[in-house]
Amino acid sequence: MEPSAIDNPGAPLLEAKGISKYFGAITALDSVSLKLERGEVLGVVGDNGAGKSTLMKILAGLYPPSAGELLFEGTSVRFNSPRDARAVGIEMVYQDLALAGNMPIYENIYLGREPGRRVGGLTIIDRKKSREMAANHLDRLKIRVKSVDQPVEELSGGQQQAVAIGRATAFDARVVIMDEPTAALAVKEVGKVLDLIKSLKEHGVSVILISHRMDDVFYVADRVMAIFHGRNFAEAPLKSTSRNEVIGWIMGTKGHTESLAHDRVR
Amino acid sequence: MADSAKGQALAPPPKLERDLRSRLLGEYGILIIVVVMAAALSFLQPQYFLSAQNVTNIVRQIGMNALLALGMYLVILTAGIDLSVGSVMALAIMLLAMADQAGWPWPIVILIGPAVGTLIGLINGLGITLLRLPHPFIMTLGTLNTVRGICYLVSDGHPVSGISDPVRFIGIADIPLPFGGEFAVIPVSAILLLVCYFGVAIFLQRVSLGRHIFAVGGNPQAARVSGINVDGVLVFVYATSGFFAGLAALLMAGRTGSGYPNLGIGAELDAIAAVIIGGASFFGGRGTILGVFAGVLVMGLLRNGLNLMDISAFWQQTLIGIVILLAVWIDVLRRRSGRRT
Repeated sequence: MEPSAIDNPGAPLLEAKGISKYFGAITALDSVSLKLERGEVLGVVGDNGAGKSTLMKILAGLYPPSAGELLFEGTSVRFNSPRDARAVGIEMVYQDLALAGNMPIYENIYLGREPGRRVGGLTIIDRKKSREMAANHLDRLKIRVKSVDQPVEELSGGQQQAVAIGRATAFDARVVIMDEPTAALAVKEVGKVLDLIKSLKEHGVSVILISHRMDDVFYVADRVMAIFHGRNFAEAPLKSTSRNEVIGWIMGTKGHTESLAHDRVR
Repeated sequence: MADSAKGQALAPPPKLERDLRSRLLGEYGILIIVVVMAAALSFLQPQYFLSAQNVTNIVRQIGMNALLALGMYLVILTAGIDLSVGSVMALAIMLLAMADQAGWPWPIVILIGPAVGTLIGLINGLGITLLRLPHPFIMTLGTLNTVRGICYLVSDGHPVSGISDPVRFIGIADIPLPFGGEFAVIPVSAILLLVCYFGVAIFLQRVSLGRHIFAVGGNPQAARVSGINVDGVLVFVYATSGFFAGLAALLMAGRTGSGYPNLGIGAELDAIAAVIIGGASFFGGRGTILGVFAGVLVMGLLRNGLNLMDISAFWQQTLIGIVILLAVWIDVLRRRSGRRT
């Protein structure tokens, strides 16, 4: 995960310009823009249905945008599938984790990209190498597991989340998009996953974090942006905003602070 | 990785005893049943059961179900089902018997079975993936009927006998052993079974496509976002199931020397039973080749043993039903002991 050569100094690592997405008559996104700098953790907030997940799926190549442009290191890119996005180093950790519970940790990490010898479209898997690579990779991320041979379904929610993140970063990821990574976790596991996100940043990986939890956003993010009804609503460096202000953004109001603290809203 | 006082290690410490018990019940439980059955039969029928003649007889008898179950196993690993294998086998045996009778050269005739099987398997796979029918049960229920109907149409319902010797070789020939007398032989069909089982076992363990079959059965969504061509994997397993059904037809053509259009009625259920007795999960993603083979053996030994003891075929079916339920219940117990959180 060493930082690669910078082609366009000054250009953001990933930029979305005027992205719109229509599903039939429904406008999910209306000219949304987003910038992600190198080594930055960007928190994306918004109410249910605001369009966060749609935007992320466009960035990860799962949906094509109806209009707008994606730039990676200042160069225009088009993704026809998650494979294309992955090829430039954009990985997504899905909310439902997308792990095969019946398979061991190391196989989940390299699923679809197994190390080994290519023979006419198939791979003869080098299991020993695969295990070693997985163990080393998890070690680098300080993810501790009993054994990489453990089936994923035997892991706790937090450990599964860690494996999903390990999987996303297994091949020189530059951007990792995470959709509500702590939503399904026990309280004691949340901190560990958030620390893992911080350690990704230390490894030079940029992270986009979608979260409902203000605590998560304020613990790991450098900058926060809010989407409201499919449009850019507000954004600010974390230092110059507050929880209550961001909660106001989620609900589509600006300039309120104390009066809109979520524990007082009826 | 024992230094996990801090960090992400949240699982309870390994319980060796629990692991061992679940392994015994799970991976070897079915083998224990096979050994117990064999021991009981050699005790009850000491002069017949372990005779060389009876052993080769069992090997020959299980051949058809062993091949069907092998293909069925791949399908069940993806949480699917292939009801058409019995009909596919019947059509394959009729076409190859008719081609043989028409004087086609044997090297082509022996390819007809597997080719016909693979073709119908491909149709099953494409139907399931392209037509998006709600469950493979429906597509293969359709081909179960259609293919059986076509089989009756092409054969006019009549069997074809007198299949030539080179075509029969794989199903009937024996390789004599240098010791043990007249009946000490290895049937060629046994070698075919070994090659198929070893081949599939290695494929499932070592080849990416084999692992992707497990991934599709475990979590199709995860497989899809991992860039695995899920539809391609499904087409492959149904085509392979068809291929083995066609191979089973060749085996039966050799054993019986004739093609008959009602071959394999209900054979799909025996194949499914063997896979399930062998511990594979009906919900996909779980199972072992060894288990499938043990499942085939359990059914074969049960039939053979009850025949040796002159117990009616009605009892065989009754007992096989009970064994299916027992085997799945053992699996439930194993899961409970293996994963108590």
